[in-house]
Amino acid sequence: MKATAHPSTANWVGSALSFITKWGTVLTIFILVAFFSILMPSFLSASNLVTILRSISIVTVIAIGVTMSLTVNGFDLSVGSVATLADSLVISMFVWYGLGSVFSIVIALAGCLVVALLNAFLIVKLRIPDLLATLSMMFIIEGVAMTYTGGGSISEGMPRLDGTPTFGKLEPVFRLIGQSPTIIIIMLVVVAVVHVFLNYTKHGRYLYVVGGNLEAARLSGIPVDRYRTLAYVLATLFAAFGGVMLGSRIGSAQINAGAGYLMPSVAAAYIGFSVGGARRANAIGTFVGAVLVGVLENGLVMMSVPYYAMNIVKGAVLALALAATYFRKR
Amino acid sequence: MASQHRLDMQGISIEFPGVKALTDVDFTLESGTIHALIGANGAGKSTLMKILAGAYDTHTGQVLLDGQPVEIRSPRASKQLGIEIVYQEVDTALIPYLSIAENIMLDVLVNNMGGRQWVNWPELHRSARKVLERIGVRLDTRVLVQELTLAQKQMVLIARALAGDARFLILDEPTAPLSNTETEELFRLMRDLAHNHGVGVVFISHRLPELFEVCELITVMRDGRRVAHHGIADVSKKQIIELMLGHRFDETYPKRQVELGDTLLETRGLTAADGAVTDVNLTVRAGEIVGIAGLVGAGKTELCKTLFGAIEIKSGEIWLKGRPLRITSPHSAVTQGLALVPEERRKEGVLVDEPVYVNLSAASLSKYCGPFDMINQRAEREAARKAIKDLGVKTPSENQVLAYLSGGNQQKVAVGKWLISKAEVYIFDEPTKGVDVGAKQEIFELIGALAKQGKGILYASCEFAEILGITDRAYVMYDHTIAKELETAQTTEEELLFFSTGGK
Repeated sequence: MKATAHPSTANWVGSALSFITKWGTVLTIFILVAFFSILMPSFLSASNLVTILRSISIVTVIAIGVTMSLTVNGFDLSVGSVATLADSLVISMFVWYGLGSVFSIVIALAGCLVVALLNAFLIVKLRIPDLLATLSMMFIIEGVAMTYTGGGSISEGMPRLDGTPTFGKLEPVFRLIGQSPTIIIIMLVVVAVVHVFLNYTKHGRYLYVVGGNLEAARLSGIPVDRYRTLAYVLATLFAAFGGVMLGSRIGSAQINAGAGYLMPSVAAAYIGFSVGGARRANAIGTFVGAVLVGVLENGLVMMSVPYYAMNIVKGAVLALALAATYFRKR
Repeated sequence: MASQHRLDMQGISIEFPGVKALTDVDFTLESGTIHALIGANGAGKSTLMKILAGAYDTHTGQVLLDGQPVEIRSPRASKQLGIEIVYQEVDTALIPYLSIAENIMLDVLVNNMGGRQWVNWPELHRSARKVLERIGVRLDTRVLVQELTLAQKQMVLIARALAGDARFLILDEPTAPLSNTETEELFRLMRDLAHNHGVGVVFISHRLPELFEVCELITVMRDGRRVAHHGIADVSKKQIIELMLGHRFDETYPKRQVELGDTLLETRGLTAADGAVTDVNLTVRAGEIVGIAGLVGAGKTELCKTLFGAIEIKSGEIWLKGRPLRITSPHSAVTQGLALVPEERRKEGVLVDEPVYVNLSAASLSKYCGPFDMINQRAEREAARKAIKDLGVKTPSENQVLAYLSGGNQQKVAVGKWLISKAEVYIFDEPTKGVDVGAKQEIFELIGALAKQGKGILYASCEFAEILGITDRAYVMYDHTIAKELETAQTTEEELLFFSTGGK
């Protein structure tokens, strides 16, 4: 209350507050890094930093998918199961059908494109609220992936469930995708391309305009349905690409392998809202959000926090990020 | 039941930030009468009735019930005195997924449950049926409200008002969305309530013929004051119109001399889905400003949106420069040369959280795009700065977020968006709403400049002075269609109001 009596103090407090809301996430990362490296000097080693970047690569790419749906003020809950489906498809192409890398990846992405169009159809044409449409899609896709693999995992040399032996091998080129530094480079390229797309092209601008005020966008002559469809299609495609990266990383298809990526991706995308005062979903912010989640997870693992307690921390970080986004909006 | 009551409002005044909405208004309502309340838009009718319904607590003056002073500062206090109001927007007052019975008995369920925790369903339906019977409406109380027609919903709202033994009933423009037979039904009900049940009814409507059909008394308001109070038999329609208009201060309108060119826009039998507009035939010539006059609810906004593809077209044709247009969405309307500045600026016209330059380029972004649809940001900002200067938008820079601009400046941006896009026909829907006098003047000049460039202008407004001031020709809308075409130079506000209120 006293601050109002001293305008200079009020200004100072105000600008400090706005600095914190803009750069709080980045600040938090630095504080966490300092904290962990004081406790464990090895935290700051080059190899550990690379480990962190590698560990967030898949999260970041899937989170970019979530970001896409957020630009039109939507939400895609099905990204985790899409990643699972892409993983199953791509590995099965190698192991079951002995296809090459290019074909396998293209077929996996094409399969997920069908999902993307279905999502868009449910949300844009049938007007089901996005959260509910993608929630039901999440279960459908999970079921489809599991039915396709016969309820089991797929890996090299493992016979199919009906006993048919398999001979396909994962190509070394494909395995390269999941290794550092390739996987890190892929992540950075995805972030950069999406950043340019959202901020410097007409289509990115339209996505934000549609998300900001659907009716005003429509009455400005923007084909809003087309852009909402585009957002959901891109969301699914990035999630699918994350799933391909996941397949390459673990070299197999596992049941619900992508499910665990949903939460950190959503957290990363929402944390990204406030980064640099963007006040909207954006690629760089999402990357920073993923770094925050990654640093936290890596540090806690090194401190030997049991894996089963990790979700408490991750959930708390998401709640905090959402609080920062929505509290200021009022 | 039919005991006589008398409600007096004396010297009622109320101010809202920056506006004196009511000044020293008297109003009397007696049991068993139907009392018309009329005035132009913004005259203060709804405000006065809202005070009676307890929606405000900052008014001065006093209210007397049967000569005893009463305090009405909350909706609850109003209900306890037996005053019930049925607002124009029926959908906001009903809960669509509950049954008719639950909606009718809502006040009882909310306020009169006391310590009871359980709902007595048979009793609830019995009470609701009794109310419906009393007003002679046959509806199954188990039906969900979302399945009802607009007229039926209104009946349910009236039934709810009567469930609490209303002594006074206020109906705020109840007939606007109703068909003729539905209106007749409502009138039958109003008469029954007033004459057989002793309810005092206030009837707000813009439709003069209706007032003469059912009302006994009439109160006319203008600019927040009561200007007349008569028995309806003692006045003529013409007198009422004169009372509503009074003498307004004259605004100055820019004088223009423009050669009119060929016909630009033409509609033939344009009819929208759900009867939003029916059978509209109009033409706009190059360089011509054509007014669409009409009161709130006449269908002006709907006509604008139908032309622009925002409301689905059911039948009829739209021609531009002698070619038929196929308009299926606002997107297709824009690509074929139409532009709309919508009425609800903040909701439909501008992006309040985006900077000025994003707003200005929203309808024409393709013009600034290079290879790969990359935006040429320099050209975009250049054009924004030019538009800001041309339009006289008061903003520190093109990067200012629109929310920080005044209403008038936001409106200039909403108009400016279309100036950049180069359309053939510009449709303005109440462009001066919520805009200060200075900005109004500038918007008129902008519109005049567009006409000078040979564009066609459609200008929809319920401010008849504006229609007279800036248009060359005007269509008057009534009941979702065009009731009359008038040459602006040879008409008057009285004539516009006459046709707007259903005169023939």
